[in-house]
Amino acid sequence: MRHVISLVIENESGALSRVSGLFSARGYNIESLTVAPTEDASLSRMTIVTSGSDDIVEQITKQLNKLVEVVKVVDLSESAHIERELMLIKVRAAGKDREEIKRMADIFRGRIIDVTDTTYVIELTGTQAKLDSFVSALDAALILETVRSGICGVARGDRVLKV
Amino acid sequence: MVLTGAEIVIRCLQEEKVDYLFGYPGGSVLYIYDELFKQDKVRHVLVRHEQAAVHAADGYARSTDKVGVALVTSGPGATNAVTGIATAYCDSIPLVVISGQVPSAVIGQDAFQEVDTVGITRPCVKHNFLVRDVRDIADTIKKAFYLAKTGRPGPVLVDIPKDITAQKCEFEYPQTVSMRSYNPVVKGHHGQIKKALQLLLGARRPMVYIGGGVVLGDAADKLTALVRKLGFPCTNTLMGLGGYPATDRQNVGMLGMHGTYEANMAMHYCDVLLAVGARFDDRVIGSPAHFASEPRKIIHVDIDPSSISKRVKVDVPIVGHVDEVLGELLALLDGTTERPDEESLGVWWKQIEEWRRRDCLKFNQGEELIKPQFVIQKLWEVTGGDAFVTSDVGQHQMWAAQYYKFDKPRRWINSGGLGTMGFGLPSAMGVQLAHPGSPVACVTGEASIQMNIQELATCRQFRLPIKVVMLNNRYLGMVRQWQEIFHGNRYSESYMDSLPDFARLAEAYGHVGIRVDKPGDVEGALREAFSRKNDLVFLDFQVDQTENVYPMVQGGKGLTDMILSAEDL
Repeated sequence: MRHVISLVIENESGALSRVSGLFSARGYNIESLTVAPTEDASLSRMTIVTSGSDDIVEQITKQLNKLVEVVKVVDLSESAHIERELMLIKVRAAGKDREEIKRMADIFRGRIIDVTDTTYVIELTGTQAKLDSFVSALDAALILETVRSGICGVARGDRVLKV
Repeated sequence: MVLTGAEIVIRCLQEEKVDYLFGYPGGSVLYIYDELFKQDKVRHVLVRHEQAAVHAADGYARSTDKVGVALVTSGPGATNAVTGIATAYCDSIPLVVISGQVPSAVIGQDAFQEVDTVGITRPCVKHNFLVRDVRDIADTIKKAFYLAKTGRPGPVLVDIPKDITAQKCEFEYPQTVSMRSYNPVVKGHHGQIKKALQLLLGARRPMVYIGGGVVLGDAADKLTALVRKLGFPCTNTLMGLGGYPATDRQNVGMLGMHGTYEANMAMHYCDVLLAVGARFDDRVIGSPAHFASEPRKIIHVDIDPSSISKRVKVDVPIVGHVDEVLGELLALLDGTTERPDEESLGVWWKQIEEWRRRDCLKFNQGEELIKPQFVIQKLWEVTGGDAFVTSDVGQHQMWAAQYYKFDKPRRWINSGGLGTMGFGLPSAMGVQLAHPGSPVACVTGEASIQMNIQELATCRQFRLPIKVVMLNNRYLGMVRQWQEIFHGNRYSESYMDSLPDFARLAEAYGHVGIRVDKPGDVEGALREAFSRKNDLVFLDFQVDQTENVYPMVQGGKGLTDMILSAEDL
């Protein structure tokens, strides 16, 4: 089962290393991991997508809590939440493909943010599933590079992860 | 007052009331050693290998309720310390290890004696720090001691670059420490404790299972009072020896892979299990699937939430400090006249006594060959069951655990979680320094003792009258046992060749060495050794090579599938 774990951690060097070290040492799987400072510069917020049985995920959550710099851990998958991911995708856009690619980008509400005679860079945000669909909707031969950020998540409604 | 980083380090240790600093100098810590030289509040113990420095600090911590402290240099000093740090980590021992680091300007440039100490130790410490500013030293060391000692204890490493120890700043030792990201739970949830009491009072075949947490949490008194009040059987893990008096009738002995028959059977067939400060380790419960096959309600008291329901699902988890939780449980019990059903308890005890009658630890001491179990038994008698006993790893360790009956906590000092050979002698040094004048025995084997044999020099320098009780069977005994039982007697690399004359080796280091070949001489040799209050006495007992540790639960098998003797093979 796929779980999205969100945590607030002290913004100190080595903090990311500790978390990734924990996952690899105990054999837990990281599907994606993003981290960035919060509105409080001394704290970072990390979103990890992992998969495993409920027991494993319970252990993961407990082990994360045990890390000295981790302030709070929440399993977003336990209730309604929002997930978003950013993708920058560089495509070959020459000749008759340009029109088609622009149409695709519009359909997926993506934005073309870089233009040359032969290439476009499209910026797309959405759920992991939406980004996956965009990539498969395009002709594979046209894709030059995809750069994804990994998902970040936040709970719906008035539940707040705050320190 | 303006001080250098090195001065600050020493002042911090003084503020933390550190008696002994176990260490080994090197380039990166020269400024610290200079300041150490200029004072005498913190006494330095020079070891002969950094691994021993950490083991000694570890033995010191295990036998007292204080934090053990070690100082090593960068590079090889730190990497030598890793085994000691991992040993402490696996058994949750409070240590602060200070390591020197190359100057800040050259970190990351492959400098002389540089390693990424923080990176290397990250998986085997409770926490670690790299100090980047001299103004952070005091705060970091205060935090290090706080982290080491609170919650689930563990080793904390502080890495300090050399230039930082030479820089100056204003020094003030913080009076308090608080970390928003670290708040260990102390008091247990009252509702859960009440639930636990109800389960215990309604039990028909109850069992109390205690581990290292009872010893580390200094909860032996409350635990003993509770078990006696309830009249329940109590078993302890290897790490919990002494948490409940071994000579008490209610103690059914150690459980697990080499536990007693009665302990393992009672653990398996109980209907209510109270687990206190123990973590259902694989050496203890055997196959988790088999363990879960009998229905029982489990109450688990532990300070670390991640230990609860990690391997075995429990019904009443109680996160908190064992001493606090047991105190509350006792208060609740005192506040009610309800008591467990005497009749069911009587029937349960009858069953346990029947299992006890198997006398699974019986052995036969003949005239010719010394049995290793006999040596431990005699050690227990000669020391009145009251000595501090450290151990190395292997068969001798299991026999020491089985035949030395510990009535008090913090007397049995061994590496349980990591199982580090070479732990016995250096840890005994720490224990002896913490308890001058008390008898300290190091039970070891001829293979384990050689891993840190150089510490005989440290013992001489600091006049530590440790009694080394070496069970010499000329084999890597535990390996040989497994090779006999599971690998068709193919003793691959388990024969100890080219052994030194240990008695002469001990004498070469300035100690007393005695070799014992006959059973009739065992008691006399031990009495002689312990009567010498100022000498380290190295006893080389030539023991029967063929002895195996029984009972034995095979890896992957259930607790009830014990091999009880050679006949069962």
